[in-house]
Amino acid sequence: MRKQKILIVDDSEMNRSILADMLGKEYEIIEAEDGIEAVTILKKQESEISLVLLDVVMPRMDGFEVLEVMNQSNWIENIPVIMISAENGSAQIQKAYDLGVVDFITRPFDALIVHRRVVNTILLYAKQQKLIEMVADQIYESEQRKTMMIDILSHIVEFRNGESGVHILHVRILTELFLKHLAEQTEEYHISPEEISLISTASALHDIGKISIDDKILNKPGKLTPEEFEIMKGHSLAGAEILENLQFYQQEPLVKTAYEICRWHHERYDGRGYPDGLAGDDIPISAQIVALADVYDALTSDRVYKKAFSHETAIEMIMDGKCGVFNPLLLECLSDVADTLKTELSNGLSGSVNQREIWNTTQEMLYNEELIVSERSLRLLDYERMKYNFFASMADEIQFEYTPSPPMLTLSGLDAQKLGMDEVVMDPSNNEDVMRILGRDAWKKICDLLHNTSPAYPIVKYECKLHYNGQERWYRIITRAIWSESEPPEFSGAIGKAVDIHDSQTKMEELEQRAAHDGLTGLLNQAYAKERILGRMAENPGGSFALVICDLDHFKSANDNYGHHFGDCVLKHIASKLCQNTREDDIVARVGGDEFLVLLEYTDEIEPVIQRIFDSLTGTYEEFPISISMGVAQADVVGFSYDVLFHAADQALYAAKRNGRKQYRFYDASMQDMFSAISSIDSDKNGEI
Amino acid sequence: MTLQECYEALGGDYEDVLGRLRSEQLVKKFVLKFLDDGSYNSLYVSFDQKDYNEAFRAAHTIKGMCQNLSFTKLQESSSLLTEALRDGYNPEADSLMEQVTEDYQRAIDAIHSFQSEIEE
Repeated sequence: MRKQKILIVDDSEMNRSILADMLGKEYEIIEAEDGIEAVTILKKQESEISLVLLDVVMPRMDGFEVLEVMNQSNWIENIPVIMISAENGSAQIQKAYDLGVVDFITRPFDALIVHRRVVNTILLYAKQQKLIEMVADQIYESEQRKTMMIDILSHIVEFRNGESGVHILHVRILTELFLKHLAEQTEEYHISPEEISLISTASALHDIGKISIDDKILNKPGKLTPEEFEIMKGHSLAGAEILENLQFYQQEPLVKTAYEICRWHHERYDGRGYPDGLAGDDIPISAQIVALADVYDALTSDRVYKKAFSHETAIEMIMDGKCGVFNPLLLECLSDVADTLKTELSNGLSGSVNQREIWNTTQEMLYNEELIVSERSLRLLDYERMKYNFFASMADEIQFEYTPSPPMLTLSGLDAQKLGMDEVVMDPSNNEDVMRILGRDAWKKICDLLHNTSPAYPIVKYECKLHYNGQERWYRIITRAIWSESEPPEFSGAIGKAVDIHDSQTKMEELEQRAAHDGLTGLLNQAYAKERILGRMAENPGGSFALVICDLDHFKSANDNYGHHFGDCVLKHIASKLCQNTREDDIVARVGGDEFLVLLEYTDEIEPVIQRIFDSLTGTYEEFPISISMGVAQADVVGFSYDVLFHAADQALYAAKRNGRKQYRFYDASMQDMFSAISSIDSDKNGEI
Repeated sequence: MTLQECYEALGGDYEDVLGRLRSEQLVKKFVLKFLDDGSYNSLYVSFDQKDYNEAFRAAHTIKGMCQNLSFTKLQESSSLLTEALRDGYNPEADSLMEQVTEDYQRAIDAIHSFQSEIEE
């Protein structure tokens, strides 16, 4: 028998070692030197630990905090805790009992007393477990009787067939094995533990249709004639009909599943099976799996018409497609479990049939009877946890739990490893790793958001960058506050996950960048420029702003004489000149075919700045003379509004053009009734104003 | 020096510890182990740096060990020091610290001479 495990939690190595010496002969001892270590060990080995010996005063996390965690995680219901204490304050003892402590041992340790208390506590718990298992076993037995009835019924068919009777047992074991493995590999078929049990039970009925086949054909030693084979093939439909004609139980899942299996366990994945010629996943997964189990067992057993093949040959034949065509996923399954098949079959009914269902039923009973959880439900819990961890590890997301008292952040081992931090972090708001990975602001923000939720709306979503492994990636943190049932409700923690959205976020930024910019010149486009200008002006109301619109004179002739490609080059040239001659803070945009816009913020004289820009743009490009007209409007002249500024600059540009081009003009009141240059651009291009 | 004489020298109760641990071998093992324990060092450093939280824990640990080993003298002084530091610093702690240091030194000396004799 394996030794039971005792977890000793004490910060003094000497004390741990005295206890270990007192108990080590009969028990396996695990040691933890403070509360955090204890919680980490409990998290990993909860179901293996039979008893905890817990000290009170410890660094990092003390005994009472460990008890609180054990209560929150419901470990305290399954693991007895004996408190080690030198303190005899009755308030402390009361508090410890309230938190679920079973007994105390006081320093100085007395070997006899320590030993007796530990043995008693473990025995007491073991006795309870035993009672629970007895109840579970009773339910199990009655379940098994039902299964037995089905088996006997199915066996009648086999008996007629002159077969040994193990065939249906084998098919059931194989079916269960394949289903379990398939459920681990893919979510595609939504196979729940209940369904696994249902399908494997129903598999026993797959050949009941053979009851309608003539003995002479059924037991013919040689090859069947084509006519006989046709009759033989009738057994799948016949079985389905038997079930269909049942007076009762039509709505029972077991009957429905058995119907699928009877009717379609000779269909082929390529559609060339019988009776209906279903193909691919039109064949229910139950029938697909039973078909595979049926073929494997038929190959490896003696039949009237053939000798048994070896396990290896059978696998090879199926894989090579010599015995029908199967779902590739199932073949993968078969090859994955091939090595365990033989042992599983020789173990026979290992008692795993329906076990899970029984655990469920037992659990219900237990809760009604207010007993503690059984060994079986612990296993079930382990299974659920394993399943959960498995799916979580595939989902590329980081899951966490947080409790405010004691302040503690918990991650799964894999996630913690990925981020380079501890699985259990005490006092996370002062933890270097947390601050490095998440950052103080984001941490604080999320905490605030969580505290501001309500029991009715407890969910918080927050997007931020996580820094780890020398990189930063965008994550969406979705977390749910947990509020106590009390009145008023109290914030008692949060669970949540962080989903990696880096790739989609980066793509979004790229799209935004593209939407905001002009494809040819890389400058901002008009719509985005307006947004930026509004933002800039709002940041500094009352600042000195000038909005400039530049227009290329006679640009049409560049296009006409040198081609559009050349025209594009001229525009790019102007764009780069504009960028070179403005400051980084200025906003430069392309606002039309050959118009550009600049927003300048200035402190001194504006005219020299305008002159400089004008001079830099005027000149030649590849011997093409560039002439520019510019209209300038100042916010302190025309008003502090984008639309007004733009309109005024436009009018000033019109004035410049009217005045013979190749110049800049500042807006003044005399231009009030001028036309707009931009709206008359077309006419400008078609001829003279 | 026998184990019993060692207990007398450091002000401990040999009968008591033997009654609880039930084996001279075990008592010997843990008495020698006491030499390697870092709690006093930790108490000394944290007390010196006025980290009274940590000093409390260290004193508490020493007290617990002494209870288990029946080092009565050191247990008494470390127990008083623990109480003096339970709610942070208390002026009594200074003299108690001196007392603990003296008792600790006495225990260490006794164990050392016991150790050197059994190794011969």
